[in-house]
Amino acid sequence: MKKVSLFIPCYVDQFYPNIAVATYELLQKLGCEVDYPLNQTCCGQPLANSGFNGMTSACNKNFTENFKDADYVVCPSGSCALHIKEHLHDDANPAAAERIRNRVYELTEFLTDILKVKQLNVSFPHKVGMHISCHGQRGLHLSSMTELVSPEFSKPEQLLNMVKGLELSYPKRKDECCGFGGTFCVFEEAVSVKMGKDRLTEHEENNIEYITGGDVSCLMHLEGILRRQKSPVKIIHIAEILNS
Amino acid sequence: MEKFLKPVEHAVAAEKFISDEARTNWHDETLWFVRAKRDKIVHKLPEWESLRELGSQIKNHALSNLDTYLLAFEKNAQANGVKVHWAADAKEHNEIILEIARKNNVKKIVKSKSMLTEECHLNPFLISKGIEVVDTDLGERIVQFRNEPPSHIVLPAIHLKKQDVSDTFHEHLHTEKGNNDPQYLTEAARQHLRNKFIEADLSITGVNFAVAETGGFVVCTNEGNADMGAHAAKIHIACMGFEKIIPKAEHLSVFLRLLTRSATGQPITTYSSHFHRPRKGQEMHIVIVDNGRSKQLGREDFRNSLKCIRCAACFNTCPVYRRSGGHSYHNATAGPIGSILNPNINMRENADLPFASTLCGSCTNVCPVKINIHEQLWKWRQVLTEEGYASSGKTAGMKGMAFVLSYPKVFRFAGKAGRWIIRMFPGLVNNTLNPWYKQREMPVAPKHSFRDWYIKNKKA
Ligand code: SF4
Repeated sequence: MKKVSLFIPCYVDQFYPNIAVATYELLQKLGCEVDYPLNQTCCGQPLANSGFNGMTSACNKNFTENFKDADYVVCPSGSCALHIKEHLHDDANPAAAERIRNRVYELTEFLTDILKVKQLNVSFPHKVGMHISCHGQRGLHLSSMTELVSPEFSKPEQLLNMVKGLELSYPKRKDECCGFGGTFCVFEEAVSVKMGKDRLTEHEENNIEYITGGDVSCLMHLEGILRRQKSPVKIIHIAEILNS
Repeated sequence: MEKFLKPVEHAVAAEKFISDEARTNWHDETLWFVRAKRDKIVHKLPEWESLRELGSQIKNHALSNLDTYLLAFEKNAQANGVKVHWAADAKEHNEIILEIARKNNVKKIVKSKSMLTEECHLNPFLISKGIEVVDTDLGERIVQFRNEPPSHIVLPAIHLKKQDVSDTFHEHLHTEKGNNDPQYLTEAARQHLRNKFIEADLSITGVNFAVAETGGFVVCTNEGNADMGAHAAKIHIACMGFEKIIPKAEHLSVFLRLLTRSATGQPITTYSSHFHRPRKGQEMHIVIVDNGRSKQLGREDFRNSLKCIRCAACFNTCPVYRRSGGHSYHNATAGPIGSILNPNINMRENADLPFASTLCGSCTNVCPVKINIHEQLWKWRQVLTEEGYASSGKTAGMKGMAFVLSYPKVFRFAGKAGRWIIRMFPGLVNNTLNPWYKQREMPVAPKHSFRDWYIKNKKA
């Protein structure tokens, strides 16, 4: 039995508890022993990506404290997992930080690479558009990238293919960024929203009911635009589909 | 001449560009078309990724042995009868050229595309000294007529539509008003440029690759305008940043394959012209320019940016560039690579550029010489902030955030308070001062956090 420590990004804890619950239940269903270290806050990515990596030491220390004994640290958001993998440091306890960097997984890569899930007994009879998030894809290599000349693969798609009734589609520009980009979404508001709107237009051309993905931040951004446009298209995190 | 003496922040300029949404869509789609062409042609080469690796390593090697190769290049070029000049900065570069022009009593210059001369603001300098300089690349000529800088290093007039070009030509070349036929307009430009080629006493070109082993250099154009200029004029001056050096002629095969596939999706540039020595009666000069490059070479984290072969693939793939237009980067070199090169030249004026990215990483993936562009953008952000170039408001906000995230209890309190405020007083956050809310709804605030749920429901 795999022992998993859940790393739930700050804004998921606060605004999207359902996604965290789905992640928790899904991992349990798949036979993991799951715990949630109670004193976690945030990975520090919003600070670091804004150029304030120098201010993350207390935040890093807290993270290391919470996860230092974990066998596997699993997170339902690619960009937060990537940030930990690339930038977690703790001067007081460098070995613990390194251990965590080597044990952090985004949810879908944990399911495909560690648990090696081969089947799921779930159905989700809907037309779903896949949103590929950049940090998960280009940072964590969760799927092949259109720019590179390399064999095609996709860990999230591999899992969604196990869901009965689900009809998956991609927007025309398969892996273009949605424009969220952390604090980019407020400091470059106009470009950010324009990118999001363009993503949605391409998805809508496929007549989808839902847009799914593995990174909650991108989904939050797209959801904000959809709701403003009063669109009937709904946002759903991949953990919620796999746990349905 | 330069419209952007006082840079407007990227975000502000981009917002203005986007306000014409139809034009933004057109700009975006046109550049995406080029990116798609690039994809199509590189996927035909099974060895593409190893070719990139090879290109990257050759450049790496050249940068690590720059002194040796540059001196070898100088020696071999001189032996071929070429005069070699060294310029520490833009000012020296411009003055060297002025001096050559003055010595030969030159009144008219034709210039083929060279981003280095844009970087050095050569045109306005020469014009202010009473010398006519005509850009002979079609796109460059169009923006020159309009008194604008190029907005893209390969497609300098990509921000303009046929209609804009027609209006510009009507004004300057007296073409028929409202005639948007590309063939008609190109023909008008061709006739106009023919005369300029014939009249010019001096021709300036850029350098795509300078070969240390032979002392020769290669200039790539799709219009043949560099050749027309260089072959007609008495004097040919080639301007190059010192990073253009490659060790051997055989390495050209790697870069010529990488360059145009990445730039326009063509298998090879239409004209790859090799220059080695002046023809009889001609003078040939090469100006080798530093202008901040040695400083960048010394910055461990950013040194890699000097591998750039100026293909602009990173521009075409960049979702931010496509939607904000080249002028929003307020420098000769825009796009992702400009955002890591320009802060080196002037941190204060370019402190906004490394933030004009979502760090999606697509630029790094398309780069034919494997520059880790998005990682360098991240690193520049750290440097700029440490050097004090973040606004005081942003710094204060980040300090506040760092405090909240450092203490779990404070975080939980702030989270609860925040959710409560969003639920009870949505007007407080849903107002126009909140840039998120301008065109997006805020997420719905749930009563309980996941932590609350977990404590209540966790299975023993
Ligand atoms: S950074 Fe790379 S992709 Fe961008 S222009 Fe230079 S060589 Fe081309």
